[in-house]
Amino acid sequence: MKLWSKMIGLSLVAAFVVSALMGCAKQASEAEGTIAKIKKQGKIIAGVKYDLNLFGLKDPASGQVQGLDIDIAKQIAKKVLGDEHAIEFMEVTSKTRIPMLKNGDIDMIVATMTITEERKKEIDFSDVYFTAGQSLLVPVDSTINSIKDLTKDAKVLTAKGSTSAKNVREAVPDAQVMEFENYAEAFTALKAGQGAALTTDNALLYGMAQQDRKFRVLEETFTKEPYGIGVRKGDEEFAKLINETLKELQDNGQYVDIYEKWIGKKPN
Amino acid sequence: MLIQFSVLTEHLDRYLIGLGGTVAASVVSLLASFVLGAMIAVLCITPVKPLQWVGTAYVEFFRNIPLILIAFFVLVGVPLLTGTVLVPFISGLTALTVYTSAFIAEAIRAGIQSVPQGQMEAARSSGLTYLQAMRYVILPQAVRLVIPPLGNQFLNLVKNSSIFTVLSASDLMYQADLINSDTFDTFSTYIFAALFYLILTIPLSFGIRYLERRFPRVKGVEA
Repeated sequence: MKLWSKMIGLSLVAAFVVSALMGCAKQASEAEGTIAKIKKQGKIIAGVKYDLNLFGLKDPASGQVQGLDIDIAKQIAKKVLGDEHAIEFMEVTSKTRIPMLKNGDIDMIVATMTITEERKKEIDFSDVYFTAGQSLLVPVDSTINSIKDLTKDAKVLTAKGSTSAKNVREAVPDAQVMEFENYAEAFTALKAGQGAALTTDNALLYGMAQQDRKFRVLEETFTKEPYGIGVRKGDEEFAKLINETLKELQDNGQYVDIYEKWIGKKPN
Repeated sequence: MLIQFSVLTEHLDRYLIGLGGTVAASVVSLLASFVLGAMIAVLCITPVKPLQWVGTAYVEFFRNIPLILIAFFVLVGVPLLTGTVLVPFISGLTALTVYTSAFIAEAIRAGIQSVPQGQMEAARSSGLTYLQAMRYVILPQAVRLVIPPLGNQFLNLVKNSSIFTVLSASDLMYQADLINSDTFDTFSTYIFAALFYLILTIPLSFGIRYLERRFPRVKGVEA
């Protein structure tokens, strides 16, 4: 009898824990509602990077996030709400951005995110707003001048949840890929000699090389990375509005200005 | 269905690799931090003042800073300062051991010192040397007091080994992070990771209970 009551007690506890867990999982807000949600809250919540020079970098002095992604996001806020300051930036990493979007914590992802078929199953993308290519960042005196120079046990650093890890594994199946929480940590590890090279899109690598002149970016790129803005799956209305914004920026030349301001040259 | 079992079945190999990493990290770090912790505890209770200061400084420094900070220091600070690069797994082990040993030293010290002083005095006056008194009178009583806090530290150690993921060292959490970025099913991925942690920690927890029962309480000595 005692065993019975113990077992019943245990299963009750288990049932309680499971139901509590189920309850915790917040349902993503209805896909159609993003524009309505934005208007209701009076601002767009944009998931952006905080640690990427040239795209999304938080300036410690002013506390402002700056970069190409930020400028594009502001233009979308201007289109939807008529005010480019009606926007709140929330930090995302390659790892957190899709779950946060699906969960309703952010309304869109403007965070150097490559459009991939795999991600398209989870979220929808706008048109391409930037095309980068994956390359390597190596110490200035490194003997690596091409992806082919990566030796069998060379350690290549990158961030979790990025396409970069998969691409480099495909390009150099023998390479040992180490995935860090974000690119700032990966770069710190590279500086400390934890790896031979850091790999991600060249646009990001240029930003790092600019911060620390002891590193250089290889000329060669081994992938093509079209960046898109991520919205919740099925949210066609919002995606369309973003695409209209991007088209307008192209047409009125503002896109070229933003590009040149951050990348330092005109888009090809 | 909120929990997708396919996440577990399709990525079982990676979960198991991760589990292996976590087990290896926990076992090595457990042994190392117990030995180091015991040595620090000895420093803390020795009658020699300067040694006491060293022991106390160690405990207070390492138990009062976050583990992640120690881990990063070992991973990137040590190479920058000394030129010696420790691979991520070794960096993680070092950080975990240094951190946990501070807590273990504290638990052992507290256990030994909560045996009333009169016991030591009585033992000494009946002709035992300091070491004999420790061995036959103080330590047997202290063991019972030390088991519960030590058990807690060992449980914490297993869970704290999840720090390995930020160092890109392969443990359960690191593999879960990678599975998450493949499946995008964050909820299921980490629920299964939690399950694997429980598989490790629940038996450990029961083992500690068993030890607590095996070593009888000593009258008049309270933790």
